[in-house]
Amino acid sequence: MKEILSGNEAIARGAYEAGVKVACAYPGTPSTEILENTIRYKEIDSSWATNEKVSLEVGIGASFVGARSLVTMKHVGVNVAADPLFTLSYTGVNGGLVLVVADDPELHSSQNEQDSRNYAKFSKVPMLEPSDSQECLAFTKLAFEISERYDTPVMLRTTTRISHSKSVVEFGERVTGLAEPKLVKDPAKFVMLPGNARGRHYIVEERTRTLSKDGCSMPINRMELRGTGIGIITAGISYQHVREVLPEASVLKLGMVHPLPFDLIREFASKVDKLYVVEELDPFIEEQVKALGIEVVGKEILSLCGELTPGRLRKGFGLPELAASAAEKLPGRPPNMCPGCPHRGVFYSLNQLKAYVSGDIGCYTLGFMPPLSAMDTCVCMGASIGMATGAVKVLSPEERKKVVAVIGDSTFLHTGINGLMDMVYNKGAATVIILDNRITAMTGRQDNPASGHTLMNEPSNAIDFPLLCKAIGVKHIRTINPLDLEECKRVISEEMERPETSVIITDKPCVLIKRDGVFTPGAVLAVEEENCTGCRACLKIGCPAIEWIPSSGKKGKARIDPLLCNGCEVCRQLCKFSAIQEAK
Amino acid sequence: MSDKITNILLVGVGGQGILLAAEILSETCMLAGFDVKKSEIHGMSQRGGSVVSHVRYGKEVFSPMVPEGEGDVLFGFELMESVRALPLLKPGGTVIANDLCIAPPSVLIGQEQYPADLAAKIAGRFPDFILVDGQNLAIEAGNARAANTVLLGAVSKRLDIAENFWLEAIERMVPRKALEVNLKAFAIGRSLA
Repeated sequence: MKEILSGNEAIARGAYEAGVKVACAYPGTPSTEILENTIRYKEIDSSWATNEKVSLEVGIGASFVGARSLVTMKHVGVNVAADPLFTLSYTGVNGGLVLVVADDPELHSSQNEQDSRNYAKFSKVPMLEPSDSQECLAFTKLAFEISERYDTPVMLRTTTRISHSKSVVEFGERVTGLAEPKLVKDPAKFVMLPGNARGRHYIVEERTRTLSKDGCSMPINRMELRGTGIGIITAGISYQHVREVLPEASVLKLGMVHPLPFDLIREFASKVDKLYVVEELDPFIEEQVKALGIEVVGKEILSLCGELTPGRLRKGFGLPELAASAAEKLPGRPPNMCPGCPHRGVFYSLNQLKAYVSGDIGCYTLGFMPPLSAMDTCVCMGASIGMATGAVKVLSPEERKKVVAVIGDSTFLHTGINGLMDMVYNKGAATVIILDNRITAMTGRQDNPASGHTLMNEPSNAIDFPLLCKAIGVKHIRTINPLDLEECKRVISEEMERPETSVIITDKPCVLIKRDGVFTPGAVLAVEEENCTGCRACLKIGCPAIEWIPSSGKKGKARIDPLLCNGCEVCRQLCKFSAIQEAK
Repeated sequence: MSDKITNILLVGVGGQGILLAAEILSETCMLAGFDVKKSEIHGMSQRGGSVVSHVRYGKEVFSPMVPEGEGDVLFGFELMESVRALPLLKPGGTVIANDLCIAPPSVLIGQEQYPADLAAKIAGRFPDFILVDGQNLAIEAGNARAANTVLLGAVSKRLDIAENFWLEAIERMVPRKALEVNLKAFAIGRSLA
């Protein structure tokens, strides 16, 4: 059977064919769709974990009792999961364990451009890197075999252009005959106290040496000899760009990027006159080739920043540019919060109150954009609360009042909750707003422990945020309707005044939630032209449904697009002339 | 089959249904026996941002991204996004664009103006340009939401793939209750080019 699959869909299929029993992840672009596709296979228990560390621990637990398990995350997720990863490298596995990490060169939807290949080397875990969807499927299966054969977790690295590109894939069958999971007691292998871990470290180093040697004869590391003029060592998506732009060049295509097959690299280098490494981000392969004493060109001609494209590769190799038409200067089109988004009223209020907003990661990071312009920091998942604690430790009592942390429901449960425990314990006098929209929205509406459903769509517990905050020790907890501007501004300003930790929880759902009865749109609104004075007050919330029509009336008027309006009524509260009414 | 790779760009605004149109196009290419690759960016683009989808087909496709300056056909769902993507086209490339303007945030709030005369700008640089009144033609077909299929019909005439593969792909990908309208919209689009 042949289908067009994205890299992520193909990895899910590969996991199914590999006999995977457990798949666990925290959503993160560009990795999210892998788990959204493993749920198509009833043989796999798929779940969203609260964060990447927990997801890897779930995978380790399943592996230790003998099941093949798949764990997926975006690149920055590995920072969270690094703690179990580094010691998992020592214990090795029982059932195969594959950790998929999806990097995001060009930062299409991320806060940094870290290169996860460094994690493979750092944690001494082998890493495979597919170049298209067919390889995503095949390499996922191979990764499980390597994992069990070499007693190691295996990382499978994709980048956005692999995860989200589609190409033709042929399917196979699910493997049979794998051992049934059962309890295994092997403390020397699985209890990493110093006495045991010391011995395991030698095993890890030997494993890396063996893999480097065996990698020389693995079919996924292959020489494609064409001319003897130039030879290019490459992997992943870069391989495709090389074949596109330099079809005559000889290529050493690496399917395993850690550990590198050094003898194969030496052999390839000896067959060509001039050697290049083409890789995105860090000079990961290049530096190791140079360390072998082999002369090679890499980052002298290609950038350390951003993704590679055929055009950028052409430029690096000094080939003429092909573009026929120069770029036009046009207004940008950044993403925006949806019409009716429950975050809008909160950020409008924070802007009005001139708060210093310690921000976090989610749709609400768009509160940074004008005209809301109400976010002052964004570093990593869960950082908002800890950073607010740090700021209020040192600010004057007057400035301290301005510090407000904002964090979404899923991000709060991911790692924000630790920050809140710390804030209460260490008497941080700041206001924390939990923007509870009942879903992990930014990555495309995934359920979480507060949404009441699992990834497999089974009803489950929904965390009670006020009760949770009370248990942590927060004395002042208030729940507000974020669509009521008067209430938002009043409650937030009262809590900002308070010289203690306080938590405000918003209680309106994401407008994109499709599950019955969660979100119901209000009546569509319209601007009554005769009453609109053109004061522009309604434009200050930056709603995509409200458009400024400069040609309307003497100085322009606002118009509401009835197809976009969700009837949240936030704009109506801003109009002093009652010009915004239910559409007739 | 020749070694020629055909490069198509689908551009517009998040939420316009670009990804589905790109899926139908890719499926058509596969059914016609070509190798095909498609690349696009999800994530942030879903919130009303610019969207660019690349579809490439031929005997053997390597990069999933249309090399800059090698695009054969630009399939624009919105005018300003069509102009933004022009540098990806080859000289003499084809532009088939929906006659639709969607204001970006800076225009919505009156900070910037939506640029004027975009269609003339495209026509000046790419003579093989078809401006499609997608919205009204879709209404003619029976549903305003079928504008993408009208455009797809127009694009289909410029590509060397037989009509039956297009129809089969539409039948596979479009929900049954919307099929009739979409087939009609496709036929209207095909009659334009």
